[in-house]
Amino acid sequence: MKERKGLIIGSVILIIIFIGMLIKGEPSKNIMVWIAAILTLSIYSFLYRDNIFYKFAEHLFVGVSVGYSVSVVYQNAFIRRVFDPLFITRTYIVEGQFHILPFLAVVIPTLIGLLMVSVFTKRQAWLIRIPIAFVVGSYAGMSISPSFQANIFEQTRSTLHIALSISSFIMIFGVITTLVYFFFSKEHKGFLGRTANVGIWFIMIAFGASFGYTVMARISLLIGRMNFLLYDWLGVIK
Amino acid sequence: MRNRVFKAIFLIFLFLLPSLIFAQEGMEEAEQDTLAPPDTIAEILSPTEIKAFDTPNDAGENITITWEAPEDPYGIIVGYEIFRSEDKETGYEITGFAGKKTEEFKNRTNDGVVYYYKVRAKTSDGKFSPFSVISEGTVSQPQWFHTGRINALVAVVTFISLLLFFVSTAKKGKSLFIRKIAGLDALDEAVGRATEMGKPILYVPGLSSMSDVATIASINILGPVAKKVAEYESTIIVPNRDPIVMTVTRQVVKESFLEAGRPDAFNEDMVFFLTDSQFGFAAAVDGIMVREKPATNLFLGMFWAESLILAETGNMTGAIQIAGTDAVAQLPFFVTACDYTIIGEELYAASAYLSRTPVLVGSLKAQDMGKAMLIVVVFAMLIFAIVNTVFLLTTDTPNAILSRIIEFIQGWFKV
Repeated sequence: MKERKGLIIGSVILIIIFIGMLIKGEPSKNIMVWIAAILTLSIYSFLYRDNIFYKFAEHLFVGVSVGYSVSVVYQNAFIRRVFDPLFITRTYIVEGQFHILPFLAVVIPTLIGLLMVSVFTKRQAWLIRIPIAFVVGSYAGMSISPSFQANIFEQTRSTLHIALSISSFIMIFGVITTLVYFFFSKEHKGFLGRTANVGIWFIMIAFGASFGYTVMARISLLIGRMNFLLYDWLGVIK
Repeated sequence: MRNRVFKAIFLIFLFLLPSLIFAQEGMEEAEQDTLAPPDTIAEILSPTEIKAFDTPNDAGENITITWEAPEDPYGIIVGYEIFRSEDKETGYEITGFAGKKTEEFKNRTNDGVVYYYKVRAKTSDGKFSPFSVISEGTVSQPQWFHTGRINALVAVVTFISLLLFFVSTAKKGKSLFIRKIAGLDALDEAVGRATEMGKPILYVPGLSSMSDVATIASINILGPVAKKVAEYESTIIVPNRDPIVMTVTRQVVKESFLEAGRPDAFNEDMVFFLTDSQFGFAAAVDGIMVREKPATNLFLGMFWAESLILAETGNMTGAIQIAGTDAVAQLPFFVTACDYTIIGEELYAASAYLSRTPVLVGSLKAQDMGKAMLIVVVFAMLIFAIVNTVFLLTTDTPNAILSRIIEFIQGWFKV
């Protein structure tokens, strides 16, 4: 009862503020801006609790994005990589001669991809393992070298530029203790445990810095949205 | 009072001094700028030392052209025009433009065709220098081997050797110790809690594709989690952002239910695709959290800006939350909003920790050995650097051998 009362009072205050802004400002005459603003407010309404406006915006967002991505995949994957090379540009026919390799380069991936559809049949559903094995295996294999380069070499190279300065010592101390924390083969007891504890401190300090940095970036996003609502939509900010 | 006045004047002077210095420098620069360039282009010589060569370590279809910029005392060169022809004598057409501070240009080509290049400088008033000499004929072709990645090859071979050694050791029955990881121990508790409360478990395998190591690690964890869910006769919700990841997660959950002897309990609707829009996905998962009210939320995999939105909503619903990712920028949000956080490398260790299968435990041991090697390298480099500095301080020259070793090690880690 108390909550409902608060809700009504809050809503009335918000409506009064909104009407005030409409009178005082120069509201946009663009219908798209109004739609965007209403959808923004609908999403923000989740801050109070789940409600019909949020549900509407959420389902609209999901529906529109799925529809959009289906059309993008159809155009970029099916038409451009399968239909066009097979039936329009015919990449496998060069100077009137049929070439088997370019033909297979289109047909084999297409057939492997089509095996994904086997999941809809009961007896042949096992066939889906073939494309899955192909995808997981190839992606895992492809990511080995970049992972080594980006996550190990690049980091190590930067660490190894050692200068005899306090910051350099702190960095090396931090790197070694943090690596010790991620050592799983030994129980974190005694010297190893103390070193790992120092590592955790370094990790948490880094997280704290990262947290603050990212929060600042998020605040700029919020400012951007507020700017849209108050400048583009209501025209309160000049 | 007098002191204050002096202090104030001193402070004002202190603030004004740098601006006076900069203003002085600015005036000098302005004076230099006002020196008018001669009215003729003849003083701008043509670019020299033009070289064209097949771009190394690439997939072909690319030639690199380099040249030496001519003297430009008046700063009037705005860039370089690169001309190309398949005939050395005639038919040159412009193929690209490089900025004034550039002395290199990469040109897209057709493999197997001989190309000739010449370059000329362009000035701010639209005039041109004479052409450079014509480059040697060059053909582009792909390279089978990327010589810049030999270090990666050595590292991969070393790692795989270690992996095979530890896997064979584990297979022989020798027990390999893995320390306790709190976040992973809590998985059992989290699944049990959901079962007791009769509520589902939400498992988000990240928002990335199968190419991400974190996604693969997450899917490895999903197997044991889904198996426990099946054993406890609970339910699991697995929303996906990537259609291929969805296919994989559905198979993993299905097989886990089968392994647990409960294939009848598996429902295909447990694992579903939502949308590939990042924030559309976040909005939808938020909706699931507040409507289905799962007792346990597991966010394991790759996450970006939506991490806090998901974790905070889950926190609001009162669910026990375990998150894990290797995205350093998102970990702080999970640390603040979740009950347990699996940090980076722990995520990769999770599958070995949960399943204890020899292959995975062996891989974890190999990873540890890799880390130990890195610690040794960093430590050794620190000692080298200290000794080298001592040499520098005592003899005024660094030790040649040590400097070479340091350079070699630094160069080896070059990407």
